[in-house]
Amino acid sequence: MRNLTGLLFAGGLGFMLLSIASGLDFGAPPMLVGEAIQSVAPQETGATNIVTSVVLGYRGIDTLGELSILFAAAAAAGLVLGRRHTTAGTLTEGGFVLRYGGAMLFPLLMTIGFYIIFHGHLTPGGGFQGGVILAAAFFLPLLARPGARLHHGMLSMIEGFAGSSFILIGLVALAEGEAFLQPMLIQDTLGQLVSAGTLPLLYLAVGLKVGAELAGLLSHLAQTESEA
Amino acid sequence: MTPTIDLELILYITALGLISIGLAGVVLSQHLFRMVLALVIAEAGANLMLVLAGYRWDAVAPILTSLGEHPQMVDPVPQAMVLTAIVIGVGIQALAVSILIRIRQRFGTLDRHEVAAHMDAEIAQIAGTSRDMSQESPLGERPLPPLPGTPAASREGRS
Amino acid sequence: MTEIELWIAALLSLTVLSAAVLVLLVKNHIAAVAAASVVSLGLALLFVLMRAPDVAMTEAAIGAGLSSLILALALRRLGLWQIDGVKSRQNLIKAINGVERDA
Repeated sequence: MRNLTGLLFAGGLGFMLLSIASGLDFGAPPMLVGEAIQSVAPQETGATNIVTSVVLGYRGIDTLGELSILFAAAAAAGLVLGRRHTTAGTLTEGGFVLRYGGAMLFPLLMTIGFYIIFHGHLTPGGGFQGGVILAAAFFLPLLARPGARLHHGMLSMIEGFAGSSFILIGLVALAEGEAFLQPMLIQDTLGQLVSAGTLPLLYLAVGLKVGAELAGLLSHLAQTESEA
Repeated sequence: MTPTIDLELILYITALGLISIGLAGVVLSQHLFRMVLALVIAEAGANLMLVLAGYRWDAVAPILTSLGEHPQMVDPVPQAMVLTAIVIGVGIQALAVSILIRIRQRFGTLDRHEVAAHMDAEIAQIAGTSRDMSQESPLGERPLPPLPGTPAASREGRS
Repeated sequence: MTEIELWIAALLSLTVLSAAVLVLLVKNHIAAVAAASVVSLGLALLFVLMRAPDVAMTEAAIGAGLSSLILALALRRLGLWQIDGVKSRQNLIKAINGVERDA
């Protein structure tokens, strides 16, 4: 009976959404804001990737709020999981291939992560994607050697430094008489690596913060004792 | 009818199907971990829907490839929103999973009804009441039904 | 927009939707996590078709990679990490019983 009600609910919801969506104009949505941003974004922010200029330039304070939400979620997860118990004695060490493969992948993953972060204003990619790859690079040795420990104090330092530098760059713009988080130092060389002023710095801060947060979260999750 | 309209239709059906399947999973599943997975699916469908809202069939990706020319581009604003939504989603997911770990440590089970029964028992124990409460026969006094025929204003004035 | 893109999109949609149904129906929890990862991966490919490379990269890195990692770690912590459910547990019980008998 309950299953039937649930299925009816889901089917009715899908039908309702489909009938609403069928009234939409397919393939040619009105995009007033989008068109306005597209026509001025390369000159105003100096970034060829317009999504980056939206994320960090036009909606920068939104990104700051998003980082706060991520920080709150990671902190709450750490709080809920509570004290760490070491599982070093109970878990077996990984094999030869796993250990040395992990060690060899670490510099490659670091290079790719920083490449994606630094080219965020030119090509697809940026702080979020690169940050996740950095977190994976730091988490990989933990999978190979269960006894190894991430330095949590170091991670908190990186995270706090990155978060505060994001806000500081915004405040510097405020001190210059511009709006909060307004992109500055725009050079006239569109498409160069050093071109978009403060946007790559902001993305570097985002990447370090996301990477440190997720690496800490993963190691916390991996090191919590299973049975109470 | 051009093929492009068909592509849009396919994508809309995928997005709405993902949302419906996810919500059905949340309603129907008995296991709390399965419920988290269903939420992940519903969130993926919502993301697809948002990106679809800015899609134009005659446009290119919002990245400038050459100076001077300005081709039609898809809307970058929903894409930026989805970018942050995905990252927030994984944070929320980690939080949900850690709450599940605590629930299992506390109650030793992840079945929805068993956990609900355990929680009811604990709440009743703390409040000092018997926990045998149901919708049909609540423990406390029934609130008086509103008197028929009296307008709302006069009732308010009396009280 | 060509015919081939349409077919690719239809195939991906079918994969994504069937994987989503599989997440809810399959008994084994590891298989459910893998199916959720398939949903994210198919979605990332769909995002590429929809001219959203940034979102596709994020979805592939986070949705298909990190999220599955978190869920798999949680499975181990929740005690649901069973490759083939009943059989391995019976073997474990048998082994424990054997140890007790020896001691």
